Amino acid sequence: MTDSALSFLDRPNSYIGRSVPRPNARRLVQGRGIYVDDVMVPRLLHVAFLRSPYAHARILGFDLTDAKAAAGVMAVVTGAELATICTPWVGVLGHFKGLKSAPQHAIAVDRACWVGEAICAVVATTRAEAEDAVALIEARLESLPVTAISETALDAATPVIHPFLGDNLAFERVLDVGDVDSAFREAAAVVEETFHIGRHTGVTLEPRSILADWNDSEGKMTIHHSFQAPHMMQDIVSRHLGLAESDVRVICKDVGGSFGIKVHIYPDEMATVALSRMLKRPVKFVADRLESFVTDIHARDHRVHAKMAVTSDGTITAIEMDDLTGIGPYSVYPRTSAVEANQVVNLTGGPYRHQNYRARARVVFQNKTPMCQYRAVGHPIAVMVTEGLVDLAAAAIKMDPAEIRRRNVIRDDAHPSVAASGIRFEKLSHQQSLEKLLSMMDYHGLRREQAELREKGIYRGIGLATFIEITNPSAAFYGVGGARISAQDGCTLRLNPQGGVVASIGVTEQGQGTESIIAQVVATAVGVPMADVRVITGDTDTTPYGGGTWACRAAGIGGEAAWQSGKALRENILEVAGTILQAEPSLLDIRKGQIVDSATGLERMTLAELGRIAYFRPDTLPADMKPELVVTRHYVPKDYPFAFTNGIQASYLEVDTQTGFVTLLKHWCVEDCGTVLNPQLVDEQVRGGIVQGIGAALFEECRYDAEGQMLNGNMADYLVPMAAEMPDIDVAHVVTPTASSELGAKGAGEAGTAGAPAAVINAINDALAPLKTRVNRQPATPQVILQALGYI
Amino acid sequence: MSATARISSPLHTIALNVNGTAVTSHVKARVHLIDYLREDLQLNGSHVGCEHGVCGACTVRVDGVAVRGCLMLAVQADGCHVETIEGLTEGGTISDLQEAFVSRNSLQCGFCTAGMLVTCTELLETNPQPSREEIRAAISGNYCRCTGYQAIVDAVDRVARERKAKRGVS
Repeated sequence: MTDSALSFLDRPNSYIGRSVPRPNARRLVQGRGIYVDDVMVPRLLHVAFLRSPYAHARILGFDLTDAKAAAGVMAVVTGAELATICTPWVGVLGHFKGLKSAPQHAIAVDRACWVGEAICAVVATTRAEAEDAVALIEARLESLPVTAISETALDAATPVIHPFLGDNLAFERVLDVGDVDSAFREAAAVVEETFHIGRHTGVTLEPRSILADWNDSEGKMTIHHSFQAPHMMQDIVSRHLGLAESDVRVICKDVGGSFGIKVHIYPDEMATVALSRMLKRPVKFVADRLESFVTDIHARDHRVHAKMAVTSDGTITAIEMDDLTGIGPYSVYPRTSAVEANQVVNLTGGPYRHQNYRARARVVFQNKTPMCQYRAVGHPIAVMVTEGLVDLAAAAIKMDPAEIRRRNVIRDDAHPSVAASGIRFEKLSHQQSLEKLLSMMDYHGLRREQAELREKGIYRGIGLATFIEITNPSAAFYGVGGARISAQDGCTLRLNPQGGVVASIGVTEQGQGTESIIAQVVATAVGVPMADVRVITGDTDTTPYGGGTWACRAAGIGGEAAWQSGKALRENILEVAGTILQAEPSLLDIRKGQIVDSATGLERMTLAELGRIAYFRPDTLPADMKPELVVTRHYVPKDYPFAFTNGIQASYLEVDTQTGFVTLLKHWCVEDCGTVLNPQLVDEQVRGGIVQGIGAALFEECRYDAEGQMLNGNMADYLVPMAAEMPDIDVAHVVTPTASSELGAKGAGEAGTAGAPAAVINAINDALAPLKTRVNRQPATPQVILQALGYI
Repeated sequence: MSATARISSPLHTIALNVNGTAVTSHVKARVHLIDYLREDLQLNGSHVGCEHGVCGACTVRVDGVAVRGCLMLAVQADGCHVETIEGLTEGGTISDLQEAFVSRNSLQCGFCTAGMLVTCTELLETNPQPSREEIRAAISGNYCRCTGYQAIVDAVDRVARERKAKRGVS
């Protein structure tokens, strides 16, 4: 093993840790991406859906005469008809005890359960014609009582959405650790708050898109999909359409943003696949923006009562919390809609040392758009609750917010450790991160500035938010519960005759830089220039089986598979080289695509020459020399269920107490994702994540009326962060590699979203503190702030 | 109006210049410019993000001005010069901006990028030395859900400085 003494950082020409640009970015700046809507196939048809205008309605029947007669229409298909092709599904997992849900169809069969649920489909030669014909469908619907409000969903008087389930409680988890009651009894101060975290959604700039192409001649379904997990989709399509797994191919080329939105099974997408099978023609569905707002999964929608006990020296001794979340009428398939609440229970209080913790989470059905996992699942809620309580506790005992965190975070030298909720930490760096952040932001200088400005009637606030983040999930996340979602990933490498390397891998790219990271790792492991590595992702026919990209797993899990594969290919190449050169393989190395003497760096032969001999003149090699220039290695973390990362964010902002407007002045983040494979990509993941978190904190909310109608389901009324309102964001790192893998990389894509809302809300409350008021709600819109100030 | 009446709407003949090439087409009155460009001319480098003029993903240049391709009908472009990301790329006039986007990682998923580049192109033409605040204001009609905008601001800022330096020595 020539490289056993060398770490990846010592490897000559290592790309690890370098901010190399993404090879696939050049294509995108020239408009040469291929998103699903750009895919052209012959005889393509388009589907548009009639969607329920009611939050709850019985489907009595349809008059389809005019729609069927309309120009360009190939078929008008109801849920009952489609159910003969695609079987329904139920979004439950075995390890969430008691989680229940109802069967969900691709198109509603006898009942619509939210505004926007597809109840009939029109397939036509153009999307415009399909939409024209949708307008001609006469649907006979009987509106049913609506359960819209989470707080009353469990009341006896509230209609049960799925009567056969007995009640509207999808899932409940309770936890009681240590002696919570004693801790509260003995506390110097107990602080309490109810936190409201609004419902919001992902707003991927590319809407959900799918093109399904059933080829009847070979019995094969090819699906072009804007999606994060192609193998999962392949498995589900094959099982619900009764096809052989190998007869379903899912291709995910360029994906225009995902953020967890595009990792779930959507009824209209399954319907599109089923319609292609039914009509034996390719069928495309691209959600328009109005459809996106009522059919993309929503996220959050939590109300948390919580309290914290603190001693007079600032020691946090106990946390108690009660979370209620509304998930719409179905638990989403196959990941379920219980995961977010479960993670709120797991993560609340997670950065701190207290061991007394009582939690309850209840997940209830409502007649609203289904809720499921979106970027930083559960984290922003847990962090807002925890960090809000920490600031309240600090105020109660008159301690500085930075100081109380300093006294309570799990010490860097105390690992491995177990949080009160039972989650296990391999190694975290809260203390280093906190000190680094305070010095980076000049915390004490800012406090002085804040105090000076307050004298002048300017209300600025500083908010801190310590966080932990779940990354690199093992099979403990979904697999153990029975979901057929791969926890492992494989990477296959092939040395081409001219010396280039082709990598195909199960993790996928939606803009994070996955393909760049894999190319960096492979180039480093094999010893070739990065430009000589071509990476293939997002195709179930051509990549090893894998989970795709979600839960911050691409770099940590896919990267390690690529690293192991690269090392194995290098070893095989050197074995061939040793034979050709009559040299001991352990004395050879591969650098910049050349076989060299490892001691002197002297070039012995090019990889292209080795490739020429191995592929075209194998007759010149000894009879027992069988070059294996294709290798595959797999990786899955096994020693910990998750590789937790940690970090801390700070927000500095100004509140206009006359208008309620918040001006973000600056934002900082220190985070520890272990080995940083590409600093620029990591920093941009963190920045992008922070801005999505700021969106949740200040702007984004799916607003509903009591009848379950979404009131702001368009881009003009649903606000997302725009450039002018966003601050510059400084990002820094502490590096604590995970020992679970050789690379030591953990995930970084969700840290920003996890911590930003709490930092912003805490900063608003810090600004409002002299006015003896506070906000407890996301988004903290000007209206919320003016209400807190008593002006409206 | 019945569906038949709506669908049998007549075709209109338009003649325009797209990326330097004269084009004559027959389009329905209801077709948006962006759908015409993407579907009829297969210029799918510009994207459709919201179809109601908010997100900016479909921004293209019409007679030198950045417009929303979803808020203009194809028939309204009759007689106009239209430039898309394909034309801007081939013309080479924004290659520095494109390179700056690549090296600064000012894009992630890339879906907003064509529209963002068109807007930034117009900004640098009308205000060659924008402040960071002016850059942020100029692109505030183009949503980017991935980057958080800072890397875009950095790239535009860098190109503005580089172009200024270039002008200085020439």
